[in-house]
Amino acid sequence: MNISALNVFLILVVCLFTIGIYGLLITRNLIKMIVVLQILVKPAILAFVLAGHLRGQHNLGQSLALTVIVADTIVAVLGLSLAVQVRKHFGTLDLKHLNTLRR
Amino acid sequence: MMVWYVLIAVGTIICAIQAMRAVRLLTAALWLAGTSALVSVAIYLLGAPEVAAVELSVGAGLVTVLFVFAINLTGKEAVDERSLIPKPLAWVLIAVAIGCLAFLLLPGVITLPSEEVEPSLRDILWGTRRLDLWLQIVMIFSGVLGVLGLLGTSQVDLSFPGREDE
Repeated sequence: MNISALNVFLILVVCLFTIGIYGLLITRNLIKMIVVLQILVKPAILAFVLAGHLRGQHNLGQSLALTVIVADTIVAVLGLSLAVQVRKHFGTLDLKHLNTLRR
Repeated sequence: MMVWYVLIAVGTIICAIQAMRAVRLLTAALWLAGTSALVSVAIYLLGAPEVAAVELSVGAGLVTVLFVFAINLTGKEAVDERSLIPKPLAWVLIAVAIGCLAFLLLPGVITLPSEEVEPSLRDILWGTRRLDLWLQIVMIFSGVLGVLGLLGTSQVDLSFPGREDE
């Protein structure tokens, strides 16, 4: 793989990171926020694999990327579980109305 | 081949933007699955087929199923599209975040270890990164508890205000 193809993936990492941060800042729905959080983690996985490829240490990059994928999935599961509980107890998923921890 | 790389990158960015902009939560989850699938193709092209397979099955499969399940439990909810913080401030914060990333790329900021003969993935996972593996096991157990939390809410009270699909 030549260097220009790696540049394409590096630009992809930066673009996905930008989209993820922007979405996280402007989103108000709890479930939508978890969707955006998933988008934000994708460039981290891609960056680990890319760095492993660039350094010639594919297996180390893959090992770290696997750890990130597991952590990302667990964050999604716990976040969705919390969102369902919040919807059950407060009747809304809008962050603007979730300004208290008391039912 | 270069055209395919660009197409995959552009497709991934379009899917991510659509997932962020989608009004319906189910649509956002499906666009997210598309993003995960295209990212897994990119990972495969970078020479990491094991991670690509895991990303495709977990990111595009399992997580999408979980999203659909949670959306079915919570129901549709119209959310005001106005963000809590002003959008110019969001762009300033993005610029700061990208600036921090760019700082890390400056020469001399991070010193990488010298290249050596790389052990196999199995040796790295079960030998060098053993703590990561234990951490993953703990995280998977907490994920099981999270799934129990999701499954334990089957009897959601449908009389809550804001539920529009009744």
